[in-house]
Amino acid sequence: MNLLTSMGVLPLIGAGLVVLLPATNAKLVKQCALLVSLLVATLGITMTVGFERDVTGFQYVEKYSWIPSLGISYQLGIDGISLILILLSVLLVPIVILAGWNESEGGRFSVKTFYILILILETMMIGVFAATDLFLFYVFFEAMLVPVYFLIGGYGSGARQAAAVKFLLYSLFGGLLMLASIIGIFVISGNQIGRTFDITTLSALEIDTTTQNFLFLGFFIAFAIKAPLWPLHTWLPDAAKSATPGTSVLLLGVLDKVGTFGMIRYCVELFPEASRTFTPLIITLAVISIIYGAFLAIGQEDIKSLIAFTSISHFGFITLGIFAMTTQANSGATLYMLNHGFSTAALFLTAGWMVSRRGSSTISDFGGLQRVTPILAWSFFIAGLSSLALPGLSSFVSESLVLVGTYTRYPVAAIIATFGIILAALYILIPVQKALHGPTTAGNENLPDLKKREILAIAPVISLIIALGIYPKPALEIINPAAKSTITKAGYSDPQPLVKGDK
Amino acid sequence: MNPTNYLYLSAILFSIGAVGVVVRKNAIVVFMCIELMLNAANLAFVTFAKINGNLEGQVMAFFTMVVAACEVVVGLAIIVTIFRSRRSASVDDASLLSR
Amino acid sequence: MTSENLIYLVALPLFSSALLMLLGRRADRWGHVFATLISASTFVIGAMEFFAMIDRPEASRAVTQKLFTWISVGTFNVDAGLVLDQLSIAFVLLITGVGTLIHIYSIAYMSHDRDRRRFFAYLNFFIAAMLLLVLGDSYLNLYVGWEGVGLASYLLIGFWNQQPEYATAAKKAFVANRAGDFGLSVAVMIAFANFGAVSFVGIEEKVDGASQTALTAMGLMLLLAAAGKSAQFPLQAWLGDAMAGPTPVSALIHAATMVTAGVYLITRSNFIFDNAPTAQLAVVMVGIITLLFGAVIGMAKDDIKKALAASTMSQIGYMIMASGFGPAGYAFAIMHLLTHGFFKAGLFLGAGSVMHGMNDEVNMRRYGGLARFMPITSITFGLGYLAIIGVPPFAGFYSKDKIIETAFNTGGLQGVLFGSAALLGAVITAFYMTRLMLMTFFGNKRWVSGAEPHESPFLMWAPMAVLALGSAASGYLLYSGKAIVKWLAPVVDRDHHEHAEFLPAIVVTTLAVVAVIIGVAVAFIKYRGELSESAPSDVSIFTRVTRRDLLQDDANEFLFMRPGQKLTQVLVKTDESVIDGAVRAVGSSVLGSARGMRKLQTGYVRNYALLILIGALVALLAALVVTI
Repeated sequence: MNLLTSMGVLPLIGAGLVVLLPATNAKLVKQCALLVSLLVATLGITMTVGFERDVTGFQYVEKYSWIPSLGISYQLGIDGISLILILLSVLLVPIVILAGWNESEGGRFSVKTFYILILILETMMIGVFAATDLFLFYVFFEAMLVPVYFLIGGYGSGARQAAAVKFLLYSLFGGLLMLASIIGIFVISGNQIGRTFDITTLSALEIDTTTQNFLFLGFFIAFAIKAPLWPLHTWLPDAAKSATPGTSVLLLGVLDKVGTFGMIRYCVELFPEASRTFTPLIITLAVISIIYGAFLAIGQEDIKSLIAFTSISHFGFITLGIFAMTTQANSGATLYMLNHGFSTAALFLTAGWMVSRRGSSTISDFGGLQRVTPILAWSFFIAGLSSLALPGLSSFVSESLVLVGTYTRYPVAAIIATFGIILAALYILIPVQKALHGPTTAGNENLPDLKKREILAIAPVISLIIALGIYPKPALEIINPAAKSTITKAGYSDPQPLVKGDK
Repeated sequence: MNPTNYLYLSAILFSIGAVGVVVRKNAIVVFMCIELMLNAANLAFVTFAKINGNLEGQVMAFFTMVVAACEVVVGLAIIVTIFRSRRSASVDDASLLSR
Repeated sequence: MTSENLIYLVALPLFSSALLMLLGRRADRWGHVFATLISASTFVIGAMEFFAMIDRPEASRAVTQKLFTWISVGTFNVDAGLVLDQLSIAFVLLITGVGTLIHIYSIAYMSHDRDRRRFFAYLNFFIAAMLLLVLGDSYLNLYVGWEGVGLASYLLIGFWNQQPEYATAAKKAFVANRAGDFGLSVAVMIAFANFGAVSFVGIEEKVDGASQTALTAMGLMLLLAAAGKSAQFPLQAWLGDAMAGPTPVSALIHAATMVTAGVYLITRSNFIFDNAPTAQLAVVMVGIITLLFGAVIGMAKDDIKKALAASTMSQIGYMIMASGFGPAGYAFAIMHLLTHGFFKAGLFLGAGSVMHGMNDEVNMRRYGGLARFMPITSITFGLGYLAIIGVPPFAGFYSKDKIIETAFNTGGLQGVLFGSAALLGAVITAFYMTRLMLMTFFGNKRWVSGAEPHESPFLMWAPMAVLALGSAASGYLLYSGKAIVKWLAPVVDRDHHEHAEFLPAIVVTTLAVVAVIIGVAVAFIKYRGELSESAPSDVSIFTRVTRRDLLQDDANEFLFMRPGQKLTQVLVKTDESVIDGAVRAVGSSVLGSARGMRKLQTGYVRNYALLILIGALVALLAALVVTI
């Protein structure tokens, strides 16, 4: 069996195994889930090693007919962009399981259910990035909502039900628009080249301008909700605030990337002309997201919603990079997805540990943690520095690429976006000051520092953040060919430097 | 006589029945009104059969009568049961919805 | 030429810093010694490179080292590369030399602090970042060091962050620096869009073809970056608060090295500024405003460290101004930077020594007459004092005199204005430094009860003595035979300009000395006798404004903080009520219409019957309409 399918199916088998285990033995369930996810991660690394770096187009391709009468097939394949995102997903799942060892307890459903849901979600995540059949993509895209809905609504805190419903409705609304567009494409392809959902074939369709614009919007709104882009973002803070830290990591780290991934793979590559038409609008929204998210983050009192708003700002950068249509910005955007995944994971996990120790997520309830729990405080601090794109840490590379690449085509947007880096310093350093510095708040004197298990979970993330900041070449080598082919497909080429030739 | 007059009669009977169903509260009267509407329909069937000179309409009328008879059996049984439990033959009293 | 050793300059202190942080308390016993040795070894490497450089002919003095390809996407290629040329070696020696002295000083100064190991880890991290800043061969590499020193500064200012106001000071410094980094980011973007490169060499090759707009914009952005890092107007407000950090930090980072990075940036970017006269003029203006601004603040400060901080701001103003004069000024900017590195570090260490002896008292109103109790401190401090006010033949005299001369030499009315401003600055410097000297070491004792001033231990005064020696001699050494000018010429003055003299050198020198005498004399008259223990309150509005740092914090608060906070509040409310409100409105309108439609379900058979009837009629009607 092909590697991609095995990787996708393995978590499902794991979920099946977990079902068979006795519900009373929570530890065994957790160990089993962790083992399966580690196995998948190993497969993911194997796949990365075997990936041909200088080849454009899809690799590890497999294709089986599924519903031939409608031209639907089970068709998988990955290029650099999807490989990076799959790798991110399979690496984050074991980290989340290990880091949130106890967060599955005390939910509405059993501990066992939690891990079944997580493993099912992992399958969906791999599938959604690997699908090269539009219909198959849609199936994964929508099916992904189900486990997440139960993870938020079943195991979260506070108004978790409302948050889960809000998340579901938002996503379904976007999904509906996308479905309409997919049907539209299906009809057009049926008229032109025969029924197919194969995205490579579809990108050759000739679609008239108006139709293309509508189809584009259907996809784009769905992805802009997922990503989330201002003003379609309001589900995210609620969901992130209510969900468990682990769920939030998967939600912000991987699921939201489906939005930005979709923008590259489907919006830009299928509808290059419409993308061009809407670029000014999207760039504007992206810049608003960057600044707006940053201001809102500064104004938050809850640590979890603060991180959620910083993500909105970061997603603004990613969207900006995608639609700037230069290789630098596009590579930067994809690398940003990876880096944001790790830095948000680190932030959410450490914030989650702070919250679970203190029993409150209000920032002002903390204080002086650097003295009490130095390892936790440092982990949070480094994660925060990565979020504010400190040079030497991974986010800096991607943020510079996005900004530099954007500037060559849209200087004003790039300059406004750069204001985001000043605001980033504020939204990270304010909670750092309130939570880690100052005198130790009463009641916090005896908080325990990180346990071995927690250090084991956070250490790889922080190491990756530092390593990719100093040596991003391996990731960039995977991304570059894919980014370049995206730009070519969209009909753009990089602007030349204004000063020509040598002296 | 002009057969269309039967159709007018049928329409008038149907309307009386329809109005009766809507305005009356007593279940028995409502029931009778329904019967009236059915029979108005029967009359129309028979008239059309006469106009077209074939038998289909007449056959339909027989069907309708059979169905109406069944309906009376079931309907009356329901009304009696409701009357037994509620001591009222008013159709309004049978509403269980809260307002 | 290439060299294999440059990376060790950065890697050694970085490794040592990481090691000390990761080992934690296990390294408490030997961490400070280890860090000091590492710092000393970087100095040795730097010195070896320096001597090797001297031996080479002028054209091949610079060495480079390419480590690996850092970022490469399309035409955007950035190597992790280091370059050590005549300019950066000057910085390397300053950073590692003064850095090592301050490491030694800190062993004693921080001996009672429970987190001394962490302090040394931060110091080593700073050394690594600062060396990366001056060694990086492209703007992006420089950026890494640039933010690295910002982080080190943040960590060290907030070293005692249990005190909320210290933590706030640290945050303020970082944010002000970030505002400067905005400039550096945009400069990088402009560079790539125009030249397709971000390395110094790559830009320099193509600089002739660039438009004036692009060069001016890039120059102004670099100036903004320099203003953030070097506490220049309008981003100067953080430096005074940064004195919250331990005194050795103030000496190393906020006096001798990091805050001068802006001067390095402008000097390093000489190929941009030399082709962008407007940007150069802006550099000069910023320098002049800051040199007067800092000097004026320095006159009213009673906190010894804050007075010195104001002085640092003012002295860096001199350097920035000098670097704005182009090839004529770069060498003198760097020369003043080096001499300033000696005497200001020495002054800060002296202040630390005084504080050490006075139970960490920083208020000069509570000092007085300390010369007898701290003889070594007062002598080393005194040498630094003579150097900073510019008494011949001490270091500051040479460097400042040359800057004033260059200012006059720009010619015309402009030159007279620049030169006079610089002279005025010299008068005020002489005034506030004399005031500081008198209040601390002479006059009546105004000590807090329980104060027992005593001389500091050897480990503290030895570095002070070395720096004092530097304050005395470095000016002459650097200037004799125009050594520094000739040394730096290949980097900053390739065409070997000869500069016209506006005033004869001897006239300028006389003017400068007269300025010093005036300043000292005024201060003597005013602060000679008995002083009170608290600052007089019946003072003019001018003094009051000066005590409030010329309203710099009030201005920032009024212009940025308040509107920013207001905006944040408004946006949070808007998000809640308008954007999320719209979403909730959709939800509640669905709910509302469902409530309305529910009314149709009454439970009355007759209603349903009526609806069926109406429905049938409508269907009939529709069928009729369609057929017709």
